[in-house]
Amino acid sequence: MGALQHNPERYFVPQPANYPVRGSLALLLLATGAVLWMNHYASGPWVVLVGFAALLWMLIGWFGTVIRESESGVYNKQVDTGFRWSMSWFIFSEVMFFAAFFGALFYIRVLSVPDLGNPLHKMLWPDFAAGWPSTGPYMKTLFSPMEAWGIPAINTLLLLSSGVTLTIAHWGLVAGNRGKLKLWLFLTIVLGATFLGLQAYEYSHAYHTGLKLTTGVYGSTFFLLTGFHGFHVTIGAIMLTVMLGRVMKGHFTEHHHFAFEATAWYWHFVDVVWILLFIIVYWL
Amino acid sequence: MTSATHGLGHPQHAPGAHDSHDDHAHGPPSGFMRWVSTTNHKDIGTMYMLFALMNFFIGGVMAMIIRAELFQPGLQVVNPDFFNQMTSLHGLIMIFGAIMPVFVGFANWQIPLMIGAPDMAFARMNNWSFWLLPPATILLIGSLFVPGGSLSAGWTLYPPLTVQQGMGMDLVIFAVHIMGASSIMGSINIITTILNMRAPGMTLFKMPMFCWTWLITAFLLIAAMPVLAGAVTMLLTDRHFGTSFFNAAGGGDPVLFQHIFWFFGHPEVYIIALPAFGVVSQVIPAFSRKPLFGYTSMVYATASIAILSFMVWAHHMYAVGMPAAGQLFFMYATALIAVPTGVKVFNWVATMWKGSLTFETPMLFACGFLFLFTLGGFTGLVLAIVPVDIQLQDTYYVVAHFHYVMVAGALFSAFAAVYFWIPKWTGRMYDETLGKWHFWLSMIGFNLTFFVQHFLGLAGMPRRIPDYNLQFANFNMVSSLGAFLFGGSQLLFVYIVYKCYRGSGEKAAANPWDGAEGLEWTLPSPPPYHTFETPPAVK
Amino acid sequence: MTNGIPRSIRSGIAGLLAGAAGWSNQALADGVNLQEPASVLARSIYDLHTIITLICVVIFIGVFGVMFYSVYAHRKSKGHKAAQFHENVKVEIAWTVIPLIILIAMMFPATRAVLEMKDTSAADITIKVTGYQWKWGYDYLQDGFGFYSTMTTPMAQIEGREAKTANYLLEVDNPLVVPVGKKIRVLITANDVLHSWWMPVFGVKQDAIPGFVRDSWFTANREGTFRGQCAELCGKEHGFMPIVVEVVSEPKYVAWVADQKKRAAAVADDPNKVWDLAALVARGEKVYANNCVACHQATGKGVPPAFPPLDGSPRVTGPKADQIHILLEGVMKDGKATAMVSFAKQLSDTDIAAAITYTRNSWGNKTGEAIQPAEIKAARK
Ligand code: HEA
Ligand code: HEA
Ligand code: HEC
Ligand code: CUA
Ligand SMILES: [Cu+2]
Repeated sequence: MGALQHNPERYFVPQPANYPVRGSLALLLLATGAVLWMNHYASGPWVVLVGFAALLWMLIGWFGTVIRESESGVYNKQVDTGFRWSMSWFIFSEVMFFAAFFGALFYIRVLSVPDLGNPLHKMLWPDFAAGWPSTGPYMKTLFSPMEAWGIPAINTLLLLSSGVTLTIAHWGLVAGNRGKLKLWLFLTIVLGATFLGLQAYEYSHAYHTGLKLTTGVYGSTFFLLTGFHGFHVTIGAIMLTVMLGRVMKGHFTEHHHFAFEATAWYWHFVDVVWILLFIIVYWL
Repeated sequence: MTSATHGLGHPQHAPGAHDSHDDHAHGPPSGFMRWVSTTNHKDIGTMYMLFALMNFFIGGVMAMIIRAELFQPGLQVVNPDFFNQMTSLHGLIMIFGAIMPVFVGFANWQIPLMIGAPDMAFARMNNWSFWLLPPATILLIGSLFVPGGSLSAGWTLYPPLTVQQGMGMDLVIFAVHIMGASSIMGSINIITTILNMRAPGMTLFKMPMFCWTWLITAFLLIAAMPVLAGAVTMLLTDRHFGTSFFNAAGGGDPVLFQHIFWFFGHPEVYIIALPAFGVVSQVIPAFSRKPLFGYTSMVYATASIAILSFMVWAHHMYAVGMPAAGQLFFMYATALIAVPTGVKVFNWVATMWKGSLTFETPMLFACGFLFLFTLGGFTGLVLAIVPVDIQLQDTYYVVAHFHYVMVAGALFSAFAAVYFWIPKWTGRMYDETLGKWHFWLSMIGFNLTFFVQHFLGLAGMPRRIPDYNLQFANFNMVSSLGAFLFGGSQLLFVYIVYKCYRGSGEKAAANPWDGAEGLEWTLPSPPPYHTFETPPAVK
Repeated sequence: MTNGIPRSIRSGIAGLLAGAAGWSNQALADGVNLQEPASVLARSIYDLHTIITLICVVIFIGVFGVMFYSVYAHRKSKGHKAAQFHENVKVEIAWTVIPLIILIAMMFPATRAVLEMKDTSAADITIKVTGYQWKWGYDYLQDGFGFYSTMTTPMAQIEGREAKTANYLLEVDNPLVVPVGKKIRVLITANDVLHSWWMPVFGVKQDAIPGFVRDSWFTANREGTFRGQCAELCGKEHGFMPIVVEVVSEPKYVAWVADQKKRAAAVADDPNKVWDLAALVARGEKVYANNCVACHQATGKGVPPAFPPLDGSPRVTGPKADQIHILLEGVMKDGKATAMVSFAKQLSDTDIAAAITYTRNSWGNKTGEAIQPAEIKAARK
């Protein structure tokens, strides 16, 4: 799999395509719609809807083309290696995205909240006592912080085992054992979906006990970190479902199944983020 | 458009086109759809460059408005709020719309040619990287026309001021998201192309320096852009969804935004600088007729700059009141960057030393870059010293510093690149006399504009103000006059480029420069639409 | 090193910079370098800047001496043949290590200055500085009085209808007054957005961060009036919030403080006094001019859509409780503070009553109602 192993004859270069412009227009609509929506224009939600539909339509077409190309065998070894590089770097960019939010949480817990509680700041916030969780010196909302050893612990178990089941499914694929592949892939999706269900339940519970997005900086960091993670789990689960569909259609061979591997990488990445969340957001 | 099509070698007439293989049998669609749906790295490179040129003019007109208002004390041309919108959008558009895209354009055109690849690794995604930019620009420019106007809080987007802004701010936030996505896709493409598509025998350490600098830049982009996306996302939720990241009352901290922003922002300035270094490392050897001095140490220096650039961000925030230990750490780390950058400067000078120098326009711009960028680097070093920066932070000294590194640095290097490669791209030589005029007028205009700003800053003129005390009047007038001269001379550049694309001017040989080396110069000028469909052999 | 650099070198560098711009006149050299320091700290910074700049200039001349020699001597047109050397590990090491040593050497004086700058202990006087959009508030914490400091340059000068005077944009109604030779600790914060309190001659620049307090210090070493500006973009009026500090002798300072205290006592009106409409409107006009015009404009027309008009606004002419609430609490939108922040801490009951009365009886607004300070007092808490 060395970077220099070429198909000696020719490179693969794809055909012109207009998926990209369609995607760009869709994003333009999405962004404009979102802005209108957030600024209370009645047209906002509709524009968002149209943009979203256009994006979805484009993505289905684009991925469909890629899948067709892949199955027709025009992708050589080099293209495969290219996919591997690009997926790794894409995941790295996701790591950096989460790093921004983890960094914010670290900064707030270790630096700024304790600072707000120091004697100098008594001048501005006379009765603030620093600590974590905190909603800051001004908001006086009552809420109960998330408890680690309830649903979050169960969710940790779920996601960890989904990593294992996915690996078993992969073994099945490599060994040419389709039945094993389907069963364990399906189980992985079920575990992911259960995770999402529990997460949704937890959110509604939190809202009822007073922990909201607006609950100071604790609510902000909690919901944005777990929310973006949940969003990634959703994307991952959709990818897994697409993979299951493709497996059902008889796609992939023992040696040629990078789409499956990429999905697995992504799933493991989401897993690792969760472990960090569990430790830093819920537990400590 | 049609003439450009011709100049670029339409596949049907392309000289020396390869026997068509089945999946290349039909040429690209013609007319407008060719450009919209193209997967060809040369087309996409051209679009990037034209797009960047357009944005350079839009950002430039904003700069002219800024300079017109500052021509004299008092408010004459615009009101303060619109002035701030001009400043903010000028910064954003120049950085994200002009300088970054133009270097991605060069990367698209040159990297496949330089490493012997048929195209970029992901040709369709490459098209999307480009076509994401026009929507982003539409959002940016469009924000001027919504109620409340555009962002007027500086390109650095500091809250809480940005939380106060109107809906134009939201458009800017989404524009930043989209540009970020474009950069990340483009970078993944460039990295994969370089790591995976090199012709056999083209080892990493045989690659032209330009490829190396882009490889490292792409890494910086992938690491930095998502962080910016995170920062503006938090800003968005603070604005509309009641979060308190940057609001002390809720336990957040406005300074947190600055940390996240500059964690992106400082690598960003090297994202702008490194490809410029790459171009200069191609041009100087070519016109010195001598190989690049210290190739390996150049690679290591570039990598060190990239790594260090993630450890210095808080030098933009010396005045926020960090503890002494923090200030000292960031001061030492920042000063350290001067070492690898110095290595690069010394290597360039050593490349010229005992060469056989000629001064065609690309070389003039490269020398201008070398001289003025280093000057800007030194003022950067002055700013790195905490106590001195306390006096200079947010003054015109900083404005002078970064225009030296970004205009005389990155922009001059981009001019050098265009003059150097345009014979390859269009098959025509540019007008050497006009090119020289362009250089000298730019050189004079630039220094008139920005050199005096050092004095303004030292004497105490803050940046981002539409009006100033009388003691600053003389230098501001000089600066504005210089800016008009500099701006005006850019029209010359457009004319020169236009002439080449129209196809007038002397026909260019495969290698018009006697000192230039590399695979791209083995191809005809212009190169056929598809190149290196079978890998070339590299000794 | 604070005072170790001979004056000749100091003015030398100024001259050098001025020379580069084509000015050789010493008098002009003043406008091209840092302002003449008026504190110990500013002096160290000044000297540090001189040294660093000199080192840079020397290296710069060295490097580009070599380049220009090459440009001159190694041209093809002069028949120079290119040598083909392209590597030399020894030089590479040399030009890595030598700059490193120079930088390390630079860090010694720089570090010392940082530590000096950060040492805010043992201050004689502590003053709290608060940035507002767009004025400064000063509180003398030990003496228990405070005031606001707003730019006084008239619009007529800014818009060119009148000749600009020497302190154009750098003049205020109430300057900060401090005694010479005393260590002053400034505690800096902000009320709405970021500002930055910058006095070049004292070498102090500290961002004012809403919700946080940061400190800095200076010891003025000569008397006089010194000027600075807000140095962090804070909205449309950012260019118009100057800082003026008057450094006076100790006895003068003591007298000034006594006077301020007396005046503060006099200004503290009895909140139970009942005012008549005309008196309230007259007072309100002043309060409005100092606190509201920046956004709502003297015409009461505002700058829509950013700043709503008060002239004809139903919230101004409607129930008075509404407007009292706006002034005391500020306006929240989507759970966030808008630019219309609370004036409860900034203004006294009488001032708020006067401002409200003024807005309800000016331009096209004619309610004829007088809002009494007692109503404000009752509405507080
Ligand atoms: C291309 C972009 C670019 C580049 C390359 C640089 C390079 C550097 N910059 Fe600059 N900078 C900006 C773009 C850039 N900067 C921008 C846009 C801002 C403002 C943003 C805003 O606020 O809007 C800014 C602001 C900025 C600040 C903050 C100022 C303030 O707001 O208070 C500082 C402070 O440390 C700084 C430092 C440096 C340093 C030390 C370098 C170094 O990399 C320079 C190194 C180079 C040299 C030193 C010269 C060559 C070296 C030698 C010849 C070796 C020998 C030298 C010695 C031994 C001294 N920069
Ligand atoms: C790479 C980026 C880049 C580039 C190329 C430039 C180019 C220029 N910049 Fe820019 N500038 C920034 C990045 C850049 N700038 C940033 C990041 C900021 C900070 C923003 C902030 O504070 O938030 C800034 C801020 C900034 C300021 C400070 C504003 C303030 O603080 O209020 C000024 C003031 O002089 C200025 C001037 C100029 C000028 C005269 C040019 C010229 O080089 C432009 C020349 C180009 C043209 C003029 C266009 C082409 C010609 C025509 C259209 C023909 C017509 C011409 C005439 C009418 C004469 N810039
Ligand atoms: C920094 C700018 C600023 C200053 C100074 C300011 N205001 Fe406002 N004011 C606003 C903004 C912005 C709003 C609109 C808030 C909203 O509804 O979003 C507003 C709204 C109001 C309203 C409600 C008007 C309506 O129709 O909704 C009143 C009344 C008002 N201000 C009075 C005052 C008075 C009296 C002062 C001076 C003591 C003052 N303001 C100072 C920015 C300011
Ligand atoms: Cu206050 Cu700028
Ligand atoms: Cu930086």
